[in-house]
Amino acid sequence: METSQRLHSTDRVIEVTDLHRRYGPAGATGYHAVRGVDLAVGRGELFALLGTNGAGKTSTMELIEGLAAPSGGQVRVLGHDPYRERAAVRPRIGIMLQEGGFPGDLTVTETGRSWSGMTSGARPLDEALELVGLIGRRDVRVKQLSGGERRRLDLAMALLGRPEVLFLDEPSTGLDPEARAAVWRLVRELRAQGTTVLLTTHYLEEAEELADRLAIMHGGQVVTAGTVAEVIAGRPSRITFELPEFAGTSLPTLPGAEITADGRRFTVQTPSLQATLTDLLGWANHHRVVLGALDARSASLEEAFLAIASEAAHQPPADTPAAPTARRRLIGLAR
Amino acid sequence: MTTASAASAVTAAGPQSTAVRRLLALGRAEATLLLRNRTALFTALLLPLLLVAGLHSLLTRQAESNPGLDVDSALVNSSVGMVLAFVVYYNLTGAYVARRGELVLKRLRTGEARDIEILAGTAVPSVALALMMCTVVGVVGASALKLSAPVNPLLMLAGLVLVIGTLMALAAVSSAFTRTVESAGITTMPILLLSQFGSGLLIPLEVMPDRMADICRLLPTTPAFQLIRLGWFGTDGSAAATGFAGTWATAAPHLVTGSIWLALAAWGAVRYFRWEPRR
Repeated sequence: METSQRLHSTDRVIEVTDLHRRYGPAGATGYHAVRGVDLAVGRGELFALLGTNGAGKTSTMELIEGLAAPSGGQVRVLGHDPYRERAAVRPRIGIMLQEGGFPGDLTVTETGRSWSGMTSGARPLDEALELVGLIGRRDVRVKQLSGGERRRLDLAMALLGRPEVLFLDEPSTGLDPEARAAVWRLVRELRAQGTTVLLTTHYLEEAEELADRLAIMHGGQVVTAGTVAEVIAGRPSRITFELPEFAGTSLPTLPGAEITADGRRFTVQTPSLQATLTDLLGWANHHRVVLGALDARSASLEEAFLAIASEAAHQPPADTPAAPTARRRLIGLAR
Repeated sequence: MTTASAASAVTAAGPQSTAVRRLLALGRAEATLLLRNRTALFTALLLPLLLVAGLHSLLTRQAESNPGLDVDSALVNSSVGMVLAFVVYYNLTGAYVARRGELVLKRLRTGEARDIEILAGTAVPSVALALMMCTVVGVVGASALKLSAPVNPLLMLAGLVLVIGTLMALAAVSSAFTRTVESAGITTMPILLLSQFGSGLLIPLEVMPDRMADICRLLPTTPAFQLIRLGWFGTDGSAAATGFAGTWATAAPHLVTGSIWLALAAWGAVRYFRWEPRR
């Protein structure tokens, strides 16, 4: 996609090199949450970090946001170290954490007013509330807001300073489908105006819908990264079916496909779905075999994600950060 | 949902965020929260006043066996100390614990405010309220008891600054060892008891045996309370009252121990303060 080719060094809004984060003491008692992550996000790009729970998404986000110092490696946001040079970075970024963090006894307006006082170049509060559709709830105490409304208040506070870079940690978790669609519209609109967005999500649909590029994390590492098309590319399509009790008839030969059996249940992985499916259906027709629970699907982000998660689960990451570079791709930098 | 455009950069942008603006914004929000929290408000406003009422009889009884004790000056001084201990230390410990539990502190750290500003901003209403109450106690007490004007206001100010700084830092430290707002009543007990019994609030140091008084002079809040007393009355009870110039010599050791305690408490706050709940 053009976005990644456009990525010159001056355009890199976020640059992460060999990032590590360790909790607790060194050695077996500590926990190595981020193990050598490399990322680069260009200006105006929307980048999604995907991963299973505990993959290290939030730990990575917190380092990029400058909330903690990395145990190793380097982070640059807008050309600065976000932890050591926070005064230079914070006025230009907006952060939405995974969980709120607003006193329950303040109203929406009171919360916004106090955040306006702490934000350089804040937009008028009503404008921010209107963006997220909370204008009608401005006199309601935060503790009386629904979970979704609280997420939107959080988003409004992140947008208060018209940030150049927006960090969204699971922005649509807890939202109903309508509110989610509205948040997606808003995020797309912000992106269209040139805001760079880094978001984490475990809704693959959300990443597919919004992201220019994405990275899938597992065990504290980036396992694969690129555009949706690039991540899916090379992933096989999948056909599953069940055969009735049968004797004599051998399975068809399906060139290029790989068949695995689990009892009477078969899974065919193929790079060419149409050809393999045609062969399979022809064979079934010829032998008058009924293919039970037949399902055929092209590679999707979900397929890729699940495959990566299960592959990675069989190969727990080595503790030495240098080992698994084969599957780790330098995003952006490699292009 | 979006009738306003996210693009509307045409609308006015607010001013640069400065440390003062951030402190005021935080302080205002925290003051609103204090006014809406009956329990905290009760502890901050009524408890010290009830204790002050009890102080009078306590000090009068001690004066019967210690004829040299100046009950009136001790009463005003102890009341000021009591107000500071409860309103600044106790109340603020609870506020830090509550904000941490609601993840407010963590969220605030994502903004432009620096750590010290977040801690200080949260303390603004407690400190302002304590200073107001001290002023009332001082002015009402002085006129009702016909006390003389302060001998050395600079020392009073130094004492106030030291004790407020130390108590803020101690509140930050105590909050690190407090899981819930309810348990703050227990975790703040040691320092509250120490400051009331050991720092001359309930039992003036000159009433104590010499050895014990010497030890009590080394406690965290004693030097600052002694400075306030010295600044007002010209004596910390250990010698006869002197004038403005004479108070400095008596004040010197208190200034030193008070500053050491402030530094230690601040170090403890930096070392132990927790910005988010333990998981």
